[in-house]
Amino acid sequence: MDLFRSHVLICGGTGCSSSGSAELIRLFEENIAKAGLDKEVKVVRTGCFGLCEMGPIVIVYPEGAFYSRIRPENVEEIVNEHLLKGRIVRRLLCSEAVEDQNTIKSLDEVDFYKKQKRVALRNCGVIDPEKIDEYIAFDGYRALGKVLTEMTPQEVIDVIKASGLRGRGGAGFPTGTKWQFAKNAVGDKKYVCCNADEGDPGAFMDRSVLEGDPHAVIEAMAIAAYAIGSDQGYIYVRAEYPIAVKRLQIAIGQAREYGLLGKNIFGTDFSFDLDIRLGAGAFVCGEETALMNSIEGKRGEPRPRPPFPAHKGLFDKPTILNNVETYANVAQIILKGADWFASMGTEKSKGTKVFALGGKINNTGLVEIPMGTTLREIIYDIGGGIPKGKKFKAAQTGGPSGGCIPASCLDVSIDYDSLIAIGSMMGSGGMIVMDEDNCMVDIARFFLDFTVDESCGKCPPCRIGTRRMLEILERIVEGKGEDGDIEKLETLAKNIKATALCGLGQTAPNPVLSTLKYFRDEYEAHIYEKRCPAGHCKKLLRYTIDPAACKGCSLCSKVCPVGAISGELRKTYTIDASKCIKCGACMEKCRFNAISRK
Amino acid sequence: MKSLEELAAIRKKTLEEVNLRHDRHGTRIVVGMATCGIAAGARPVMMKFVEEIKQRNLTDVNVSQTGCIGMCEYEPLVEVYMPGKEKVTYVKMTPEKATRVVTEHIVNGQVVTEYTIGNQK
Repeated sequence: MDLFRSHVLICGGTGCSSSGSAELIRLFEENIAKAGLDKEVKVVRTGCFGLCEMGPIVIVYPEGAFYSRIRPENVEEIVNEHLLKGRIVRRLLCSEAVEDQNTIKSLDEVDFYKKQKRVALRNCGVIDPEKIDEYIAFDGYRALGKVLTEMTPQEVIDVIKASGLRGRGGAGFPTGTKWQFAKNAVGDKKYVCCNADEGDPGAFMDRSVLEGDPHAVIEAMAIAAYAIGSDQGYIYVRAEYPIAVKRLQIAIGQAREYGLLGKNIFGTDFSFDLDIRLGAGAFVCGEETALMNSIEGKRGEPRPRPPFPAHKGLFDKPTILNNVETYANVAQIILKGADWFASMGTEKSKGTKVFALGGKINNTGLVEIPMGTTLREIIYDIGGGIPKGKKFKAAQTGGPSGGCIPASCLDVSIDYDSLIAIGSMMGSGGMIVMDEDNCMVDIARFFLDFTVDESCGKCPPCRIGTRRMLEILERIVEGKGEDGDIEKLETLAKNIKATALCGLGQTAPNPVLSTLKYFRDEYEAHIYEKRCPAGHCKKLLRYTIDPAACKGCSLCSKVCPVGAISGELRKTYTIDASKCIKCGACMEKCRFNAISRK
Repeated sequence: MKSLEELAAIRKKTLEEVNLRHDRHGTRIVVGMATCGIAAGARPVMMKFVEEIKQRNLTDVNVSQTGCIGMCEYEPLVEVYMPGKEKVTYVKMTPEKATRVVTEHIVNGQVVTEYTIGNQK
């Protein structure tokens, strides 16, 4: 085996790939060879490190030097200075990692990582996801070996139950209980499925796990199959994740080659194999029964429940379906024990949760925190706060099924039950941060627009009801809201929640309900005063020129694309509201701050 | 793969390779690798350290490089940092000396005083 004194880890996740990390890998290899270091320094493409905002990220061990936003032209310098001569290129380090002139913080001391606890993401950014040996080096497949040789299926389920693991896809159903139902169900064939149809706007946790540590999911599915008595699994992954799909295929191939999938695994009677099914971009196929229809080759529409999938699921056989992140926890629980897992988190929400942090936040990226961490810690300590010093207004969790958490709830603990109590939900883990410039009515409209688009149309409450809600919201943001609209929205929301067929429809009104709960004043301002307090809704904006501040320089009238501003030089100019298209060009150009937007 | 032993063998073999990728807090061996150091032959010295450490399975020791320490006259220079102990600087190192430093100093805690800077006149 070759001996490498240094490893250059380069992120190959989707975030860093789209900012050019493939090119960096090529350049590093080229420059390292040129410097004659190719026998000493190894270049490794890993999964996501989490701090996507700072990508592409390059980490050099053994120093643990954390380089961020690396450009192709920086590569030669890093190779010549750092790898050849041992001088870390401080200028290119992530600024947070540089403490003072002489000290460089190691990775786990950087604020972004300090409060995180990586369980599901433990291998992301550490191993090369396309090499099964590296996964095995970090205890991979040892849990499967332990389960098959030392434990009965019931013992496996008991450990998962005792750990308190709950589904990470959003609803938070206890995983062990789900497995128990499927184990107890009678059937000649049973299936284990993985839901990797991550569809919530802003969520990319599952993608990162699949890209960074695909074997973790494969191993856990094999464990689940042993526990419930299944021999066939399906991973349903959306086709929009090409890197994840490719790595999964490679991983499944390697696992088969090693005999970790297939017949008589570890020389036991247990056989299990896995196939990938690609989703074609329908959000509803993330709903469990629709997903199963889709795997069967039918139209992706939900089925009524009961019967529940544990009894009649895929091909009408007992089936379990778990989310990617749920599976990513399983092997660790088997190896380290239920008590270890249960020691993290809160009383009813154990372990950690991964969030995809996005929107108006400094450190966009992936974070994994113990349950019970507060929103404030996530946004200010890990996320680095709101850009440009703006004020935090709300965080949206749970995607189109979730709700908004206002500033007054910043100190609420992040766990399944607390989030539901304040009208939001854990969801799969998308967390979109909004500042004072975001209009909450428009946010609700955005999510409704999404659900209307994605409604499969099978049941009327969702197909028709959400459209009616969207029409009302569109009227409101256009300044045509009427007295009684809020009440109509509330009635519709209540009825849709009570009558829709699947989870998608039942939760579709949540964004409206939670914004109504915390930001009713914004709705009222739109309806009764025809005003958008955040200054976001174009149709409600009005640009005006303050006569006292206007110097009559004519700059605004020159820049106006529709000739809505008129006046005489050195006298006050005025804006004709009927012509104005609210583009804001005049306001940007005015040197005297005489133009205001309300 | 038919047995847990096979799995354990792969784990052991690859772990040696990937174990580098953790922040460690144990002993640090720092080799001066500026132009002066490289010219004086620091690279084979460093590789020798890497090899010895791997052979002996010393998981909490890492070898890294640094720039010019400032005494080009005495290159190749090697500094050893052990937690809670004073830094030791070895001078005019060779791969053979490196092996001795690993056996006596890194493993057994006995500084090889005849190679240290204090002994150079």
